[in-house]
Amino acid sequence: MNVFAVTYFAFLIIASSFAAFQQRRGPFMILFSLTLASFVLAIVGGTSALRSVAVGAGLLAFAASIAYCFREFLVIIMPTGIARELRTAPLTAAFGLFVIFTYAIAGIFAPWIAPYGESEIISSAFAPADENMLLGADQLGRDMFSRIVYGARNSVGLALVATVSAFFMGALGGLLAATKGGWFDQFLGRAADVIMSIPSLIFALLMLSIFGPRIIVIIIAVAIIYAPRVFRLTRAVAGNVVVMDYIEAAKLRGERTWYLIRKEILPNSTAPLVAEFGLEFCFVFLLVAGLSFLGLGIQPPTADWGSMVRENATLISFGDLTPLIPAAAIALLTVAVNFVVDWMLFRSSGLKE
Amino acid sequence: MRDILGLVLKRLGLGLVTLLVISVIIFFMVELLPGDLAQAVLGQGATQETVEALRQELGLDRPAVVRYLDWLSGAVVGDFGTSLISGDSVGDAISDRFLNTLFLAAYAAVIAVPLAICLGVLVALLRNSLFDRIANVLTLTSISSPEFFLGYILIFYLAVKTGLFPAISSLSGDMTFGELLERTFLPALTLVLVVTAHMMRMTRAAIINLLASPYIEMARLKGAPPWKVIARHALPNAWAPIINVVALNLAYLITGVVLVEVVFVYPGIGQLLVDAVAKRDFPIVQACCLIFAATFILLNLAADVGAILTNPRLRHPK
Repeated sequence: MNVFAVTYFAFLIIASSFAAFQQRRGPFMILFSLTLASFVLAIVGGTSALRSVAVGAGLLAFAASIAYCFREFLVIIMPTGIARELRTAPLTAAFGLFVIFTYAIAGIFAPWIAPYGESEIISSAFAPADENMLLGADQLGRDMFSRIVYGARNSVGLALVATVSAFFMGALGGLLAATKGGWFDQFLGRAADVIMSIPSLIFALLMLSIFGPRIIVIIIAVAIIYAPRVFRLTRAVAGNVVVMDYIEAAKLRGERTWYLIRKEILPNSTAPLVAEFGLEFCFVFLLVAGLSFLGLGIQPPTADWGSMVRENATLISFGDLTPLIPAAAIALLTVAVNFVVDWMLFRSSGLKE
Repeated sequence: MRDILGLVLKRLGLGLVTLLVISVIIFFMVELLPGDLAQAVLGQGATQETVEALRQELGLDRPAVVRYLDWLSGAVVGDFGTSLISGDSVGDAISDRFLNTLFLAAYAAVIAVPLAICLGVLVALLRNSLFDRIANVLTLTSISSPEFFLGYILIFYLAVKTGLFPAISSLSGDMTFGELLERTFLPALTLVLVVTAHMMRMTRAAIINLLASPYIEMARLKGAPPWKVIARHALPNAWAPIINVVALNLAYLITGVVLVEVVFVYPGIGQLLVDAVAKRDFPIVQACCLIFAATFILLNLAADVGAILTNPRLRHPK
């Protein structure tokens, strides 16, 4: 028995007794089952297993307190209407907002944050981390940390532009199809069916093989692949709005299609569309990351998270996890966006399930 | 029975038409190449004569529609022409690798499908409990991670740190089945993690949707024991959504396989496709795309047919 194990168990048992004393069933169950599980863990894995549990719990608590502070911060600086909504946000959503905020800062201010340029060779290949380089060097001797910061700008930026164009095409098509109806609606619907029956990655690979891996090709390919999904949702949402009486009234007033879409339909279908935008962004981001992992995304020397993983993958077989940081960054952003989307869907539907 | 057969045949016909349209898209997209195929293969430095010669050899002097019909009739019997780079038959290069890919996908599916359905039903029954919350966060994380992230993490912990499984799945003809299973365990596990997460979430949503319906409440109110509510009242109606979820995720598996094959250097059709895209070997790209699209459509079709067979309401469309 060493000091660490004794403090660990003492802390858990005191905390669970306190929870029981306060009649809080949930926290008590969590803490006490953790205590029981820790007994087993300590026997099987020794102190090091307990240490990793403690580190994990510490990280979780850290993330929760950051999320809590960030939510309070937002509630204070935002105007009253938004602040009231934010006050009800769960901690996961607040954490998601915080992560998105961090990535935005990293992306916008990349040249000021990164100590070196993204394609600047400053040392030997795979040099270990030292006081100049936070995470060591990559396969050509470029600073890994700087490249990750620049990657926030390039990878996320590309995914964002691609999502916006897909969303614009899909939403415009869906709104027009819902208001115009007839053969236009039928034609777009069938076209969307055909595109959706080709797997997205395969379609992207086909287009990239023909037009070459250029950024504009990636954006157009993603727009074509994901526009049908947005189209379907917009068509369904707008279809419910179009049959309302106030649309009929506006039509009888002699308003044009463009006015109908902009002033009548769009304001009444924003909530599901915003949530859909978040979901689409996740799909697009993962697809683009996959493409660049395959060497078909943003071309070197521009820093990009997917290709960085591929280029430095050899380090993994030497027991170094640094090459996976860009991949973890992708996963973290996607999880964060999903948390926020979950909250928005919950808010817009008002469902309890 | 006759009307079921009619409906199924109708769906099959629709699937065939979709496949035909997709084959047109795949074939004529290559026609959109700036210049033409011969020029694209030979590059800028080629002389007029060599481009002409290659054009003759590829039969580019014939109209596109004739070449399309030629290609399609060949594809139906497994003849996809010859590779532009190596000159070998594409059909031969693909057939072995396609079997490997199917093996990997089947391996993952055999583990993932029962696991995901059991966990999904369990999570749905225990909804809003602590277990459900934890499962929700874990599946969300797994869905949000790129496949290569999961793959490399598994390599790091199960191959590099502990040495339990090989990091690279090289296959050879004389391996026993057990060896084969061990060699392909890590890629299969990566696929299982991704697909199980998707399937669990969809199963959970389907079951919760079902448990909210009035007849379940009725069964509870008349005092039926919980297991009977599930087995007699919920399950017969749950088959349709579950079959749907399984088929959709198997279709997802088919594309997820591409990235996983590249991570583990697995000799499958996905790896072939990625190589061919980088080398711009169009006959192979076209063939692989057609095969992936066909599998995808077939599985979606299976989902529709399964739904028709298990849900009598779909047999009488309004």
